[in-house]
Amino acid sequence: MANQTNSGNERVDLAYRRRKNAEEMRHQMIAFVLMILLTLVAFAAVGYEEFSHWFVVPFILLLAAVQVAFQLYYFMHMSHKGHEFPAMFIYGGVAVMLLLVWAFTTVIWW
Amino acid sequence: MSTITRKKGVGAVLWDYLTTVDHKKIAHLYLIAGGLFFLLGGLEALFIRIQLAKPNNDFLVGGLYNEVLTMHGTTMIFLAAMPLLFAFMNAVVPLQIGARDVAFPYLNALGFWMFFFGGLFLNCSWFLGGAPDAGWTSYASLSLASKAHHGIDFYTLGLQISGFGTIMGAVNFLVTIINMRAPGMTFMRMPMFTWATFVTSALILFAFPPLTVGLIFMMMDRLFGGNFFNPAAGGNTIIWEHLFWIFGHPEVYILILPSFGIFSEIFATFSRKRLFGYSSMVFATVLIAFFGFMVWAHHMFTVGMGPVANAIFAVATMAIAVPTGVKIFNWLFTMWGGSIKFTTPMYYAVAFIPSFVMGGVTGVMLSAAAADYQYHDSYFVVAHFHYVIVGGVVFALLAGAHYWWPKMFGRMLNETLGKISFWLFFIGFHLTFFIQHFLGLTGMPRRVFTYLPNQGWETGNLVSTIGAFFMAAATVILLINIVITTAKGEKVAGDAWGDGRTLEWAIASPPPVYNFAQTPLVRGLDAFWIEKMEGKKELTPAEPLGDIHMPNSSFLPFVTAFGLFVAAFGFTYHNDAQWGLPVGILGLLITFGSMFLRSVIDDHGFHIHKEEVLELEKKEANA
Repeated sequence: MANQTNSGNERVDLAYRRRKNAEEMRHQMIAFVLMILLTLVAFAAVGYEEFSHWFVVPFILLLAAVQVAFQLYYFMHMSHKGHEFPAMFIYGGVAVMLLLVWAFTTVIWW
Repeated sequence: MSTITRKKGVGAVLWDYLTTVDHKKIAHLYLIAGGLFFLLGGLEALFIRIQLAKPNNDFLVGGLYNEVLTMHGTTMIFLAAMPLLFAFMNAVVPLQIGARDVAFPYLNALGFWMFFFGGLFLNCSWFLGGAPDAGWTSYASLSLASKAHHGIDFYTLGLQISGFGTIMGAVNFLVTIINMRAPGMTFMRMPMFTWATFVTSALILFAFPPLTVGLIFMMMDRLFGGNFFNPAAGGNTIIWEHLFWIFGHPEVYILILPSFGIFSEIFATFSRKRLFGYSSMVFATVLIAFFGFMVWAHHMFTVGMGPVANAIFAVATMAIAVPTGVKIFNWLFTMWGGSIKFTTPMYYAVAFIPSFVMGGVTGVMLSAAAADYQYHDSYFVVAHFHYVIVGGVVFALLAGAHYWWPKMFGRMLNETLGKISFWLFFIGFHLTFFIQHFLGLTGMPRRVFTYLPNQGWETGNLVSTIGAFFMAAATVILLINIVITTAKGEKVAGDAWGDGRTLEWAIASPPPVYNFAQTPLVRGLDAFWIEKMEGKKELTPAEPLGDIHMPNSSFLPFVTAFGLFVAAFGFTYHNDAQWGLPVGILGLLITFGSMFLRSVIDDHGFHIHKEEVLELEKKEANA
């Protein structure tokens, strides 16, 4: 986060912040293009009739997971400093849910 | 705001509490409501013991016994133990981290009223046909068969409402502890009780949603024609058991971890020594919480999950004994070589160690899946979980009440009466539950309302019942103590015990509304102790004295929770009566309407000005 720099003088790190912002924008653009491509791939996978459901459904779920990661890390800035706790709790929640699904599929519906 | 110190009438005090968003007053509310439910649950326990005092007794027969038993468990876990822990968390955690308030004062109040109305709704069942009667676990095949009255519906709806409140409380503490620590209060300088609250809140955040899902399924099945748990229609009754225990096992750590936190504070304070192995205590707390999520199926060894699943869950369960053992040894080493002062809280803390370890040892016995087939559903299990929950959690609640009473109310509970009630409770506890191990091993089943003579169970049950009356006497003496203290107890200084180590003891008892006139600078673990060791009487301030921003009181949390209370009545009866659906919708309108009002009304709070803070602080210093 920009307001957590050590210097109170904004001009000092202006050049640095410029470069940083430009780089970030480039990342966002790349992520955006990739996300659109992934969406197209998902549509194609469903539209192509040769593929069985057993391939298409897990494949789309995988794409969805990638989309979520892009969203969180490139558009919601989770890669930046100061997001350790949200990240920890998101991964904690995901871990608990995976454990649940795993247990239900192996123990209840075996 | 110099009206703070003015004497108020009863109505004004009542209105003050109904609208308060101050964490210290919400702590009082939790303490009062949780205390009342504790008395209710205790009364139910006495009724159970009276019924079982002799063979073929007819004090509570059949269905009524099931209701009392179910309500004893449900009340004690959801409406007594957890709210009482929340009372101490609210009273102490913001003070321990040097904060002026919690992160979300409004949410905090809403959480309390949700819990309160949920508990009230659950207990209304006594007067409306019958209470829930399928045990506190409310297994689906049993609770779906309970069709004589609406008991189970009161359970599902009441616990949903109070569960919302619990999650709100947890979120509030997480955000408060992450964001509102005073300068210098790093994570590894936080007092153990704050650490325990933090970890517990994370547990609540992850453990309550599965319960909510289970309760919603159950509500659908019972009230809205669902078939989640009905095998005849393709459902699966085992799903409830899993969902319940995925919540239920973390729940016992939600209870015990804050209790460990309370004892850690007490051991360090009254041994007048730094807590031994602080960082290993933190690590053990986190590890227990982590393990807590992968052991739930040890409650279901006899369900028929198969040997592989049973073995995995058995080993995972046994692993928990390791971090718990780390804690036990750390407490012992904290006392070792300390200059120990035997106050009432210290009595409970010292008694807790052997009592809890006995519960822990029977826990490891139960975790051996093969042996569990023998112990399952017997009084051995009853003895085990009462040893951990009473010997751990209730001892901690009583210890915490004596320890923080002067901080919360500014008056010291009478030590003599405190020690009398300790001895009665301690003796009564072991008298009641120790013998139940043997009753269980000789085959007495739990949850059955009577037994026949000449099975060797008469003496054991009579001893157990006598023990229960000892605990009741202890509770009565505690109540007398509270009344006497409130009426004419001696007023105490900020550092009421004289040996306070953490920040809460550095400010007045009870603390002013804004807690800290100046946010303190924390220079290490046991921040107040460090200052005292350097000959100072006060904390080092981290900021100049200035205006203090405070949140406004609001009646909306009460109304929001009340709406759900009304809605729950409507939906419970919507299949039987014409008025059900409209009342249900009306209740939801009240809730969502007040949420809408909260969203559109701008509320910027108010400031206590610097001059008023100075005046209040001066008055405090003179008092």
